Amino acid sequence: MTNGELLGSYIVPVHPHTVLAPEQNEGWGRLREAYDIAAQRIKDSGADLLIIYSTTWPSIIGHQIIADPNPEWVMVDHDFHELGSIPYSFNIDEKFAHAWNDANEKRGLKSRTVAYHGFPIDVGSVVALKLLNPDNTIPAVIVSSNVYANRAETTVLAKACMDVVTATGRKAIAITAMSLSNRMFTKPIEPKDDRIHSLKDDEWNRKILELLGEGRLEDVGQLSRTIHRQIRVNKVVAFKPMWWLSGMNTNRNNLTGEVLAYEALHGAGGAVVHLDPTPSGAGDIEYDEDNVEYFAGERNVLDGDQREHQEDLESNFEAPTEMVQENGPALWDPTESKDSVNSEAAPKPVGAYPHARRVGDLLYLSGVGPRQPGTNAIPGGPIHDKDGKPLNYDIKAQTQAVVDNITRILEEAGGTINDVLDVTSFLVDMDRDFQGYNEVWAETLGKVGPTRTTLAIRALPTPIAVEMKVIAKAPKTK
Amino acid sequence: MSKGEIVAGCLAPHPPHLVYAENPPQNEPIAEGGWEQLRWGYERLRESLADVEYDAIVLLSPHWQTYIGTHFLGLPKFKNLSVDPVFPNLFRYHYDLDIDVELAQQIHDRAADAGLAVTMMKNPDFRVDYGAITTGHMFNPAWDKPLVVISSNRSRDYYSVEVMQEMMIELGRVTREAILASGKKVVVIASNSLSHRHFTTESAIPEDMSKEHITSHAMHLWDMRMIEYFRTGQAQRILDEMPEFTEQAIAESDGGGLSWLLSTLDVPTYPGILHGYGTIIGTGNAIVEWPARDHQEASE
Ligand SMILES: [Fe+2]
Repeated sequence: MTNGELLGSYIVPVHPHTVLAPEQNEGWGRLREAYDIAAQRIKDSGADLLIIYSTTWPSIIGHQIIADPNPEWVMVDHDFHELGSIPYSFNIDEKFAHAWNDANEKRGLKSRTVAYHGFPIDVGSVVALKLLNPDNTIPAVIVSSNVYANRAETTVLAKACMDVVTATGRKAIAITAMSLSNRMFTKPIEPKDDRIHSLKDDEWNRKILELLGEGRLEDVGQLSRTIHRQIRVNKVVAFKPMWWLSGMNTNRNNLTGEVLAYEALHGAGGAVVHLDPTPSGAGDIEYDEDNVEYFAGERNVLDGDQREHQEDLESNFEAPTEMVQENGPALWDPTESKDSVNSEAAPKPVGAYPHARRVGDLLYLSGVGPRQPGTNAIPGGPIHDKDGKPLNYDIKAQTQAVVDNITRILEEAGGTINDVLDVTSFLVDMDRDFQGYNEVWAETLGKVGPTRTTLAIRALPTPIAVEMKVIAKAPKTK
Repeated sequence: MSKGEIVAGCLAPHPPHLVYAENPPQNEPIAEGGWEQLRWGYERLRESLADVEYDAIVLLSPHWQTYIGTHFLGLPKFKNLSVDPVFPNLFRYHYDLDIDVELAQQIHDRAADAGLAVTMMKNPDFRVDYGAITTGHMFNPAWDKPLVVISSNRSRDYYSVEVMQEMMIELGRVTREAILASGKKVVVIASNSLSHRHFTTESAIPEDMSKEHITSHAMHLWDMRMIEYFRTGQAQRILDEMPEFTEQAIAESDGGGLSWLLSTLDVPTYPGILHGYGTIIGTGNAIVEWPARDHQEASE
């Protein structure tokens, strides 16, 4: 069997005008023509699978995947019911759906398949499948958008999907059913009066399409949060589909992009974009976050699950002390000099430097992590094992341990935690950890009142999630 | 024609788990009970209204989400299968509901006169949202009263909680006027939860009550604060604190139901009756009745 691959990706609009009323407005008609061109290209490509990520199907318990081989019903839009009804009968690849579900679980995601008579396929998926696969010749799968999913989770969802595409030798097309700017007019309008809701939305849409036209999909993925803030009404689902689509394309920035149409749909930005995997352009990528392979996020809210997960963790690694020594750089004794301040009560450095150094009225501390002096254990657990496999960890416990270590170093110098003036904090996973870190901060250093800067960085030298760089008032004594 | 009347206003939440746990013949999945505190609360609400005569139920559902103004179901009958897209394992309900189209049209017309964007929904293929059906079933399992079903205009998403409230208070005011002018006796219902942070996992047996609790202490505090206001007739404070509540408790009042309800009741200063409180997959849910029939003078 040949290896599976992604033959192409498409971004398509969700509202039903392209199916039900393309003749009522020239723009709607142009979107429909672009949809028809995309359908022809998909047919000509020889694809044997359509994979749809739909923003109009929100989910709460992980991601859901349609696994009913032949879902049939009549779809009526919640807002645009006056345009009419869309009867549908789709050809779903049940086997692929189950395999994707299994692959999700292997990569740490919550996931389930859905195969119930009368399940309401969402408007975005109905419109996309009706127009891209008019004869139902190519089997499809549809996945929901989880309302709580972050970028790591959405990226891993794509990787799990590609695991199955590759393993089963499929020739797949990835499709995101979505709006660009999603602000609609809040009153009924005449079809002829349709336009993008505002100049600002239009400008942002054009910038996104310029990047996509240059094949810079990962750049759009990295801008997702900014785009969401700028031109997205906070509906249930944020601007996540570009994370998924970029994940499906191995986070590439050098695809061959083509914008087939861009028009307004009741004020929202609708576009049909084709992204071909043929390399073009520079492909320059600036990673702003980790490229996550396995999701170890906060999906263990129920107590029982937490216990199960805890047992997994415990059986997975030896005592934390050994772990760190095998799992990170060698430990050093702190360097000594005239102005240095070192403490037996602080963890050993990972290089030739002192714990702190006094200059005039100020005390400069080397970066302080959560490792425990003596044992080198990491409170809250390490972030990965010695093979680099991610582990669940407790950011609050790690942050508290950092603050405790800072306290020890300052006390050794004859001062107290109240002397801290300025802190630079480094987090390896801002999305996951900022809130927990911030809570501990508020209870500890937040009460002291230093200035603070928090940065996301790719990694720290030991398997820890947080480190702080501190400047403090030097104590008068000593 | 005699003057119309709002006989009661209710906060009556709609997580499909409640219908699932009741095992009515209309719902396909089978449960081993669960969420009894809330189901007993609904029982008390039904008992409280058992001897009260009324003609129709006017209900605002947060799961018919409309972005182009407010919509009203506008045909006399809707019959279909409702499958919850989020919890399809729990809710696949065969419904057959009657609409009081006349009253819906009257509220619609007054809202239009007041400058609100409104639409009558007349597509017979339309599938009624599971929220309206869950609350409709739990409130009146016999389905022997016609409904007016009002969509949730997502103005909060477009603007802010403040603007949403302005619009919903106006919609509540015209709803009240239309009911009083209609000569009908009506129960008004907002179908929403309070704090609305879900667990992101579901236990193997969804009705396993050993797993059910509020998602965080902060959510609990907000829910109890709101319930205190319900019970002590402080509706104005609820409206005043709605922006903070909605944002901090991620409350389902974002759909406008609660603001609309309190406005239809003329912002009651008499106590509401708490019939029940419980959590569902972590979200906070209260069943509350404002017995408006006993406080007519207060609102005249
Ligand atoms: Fe809800």
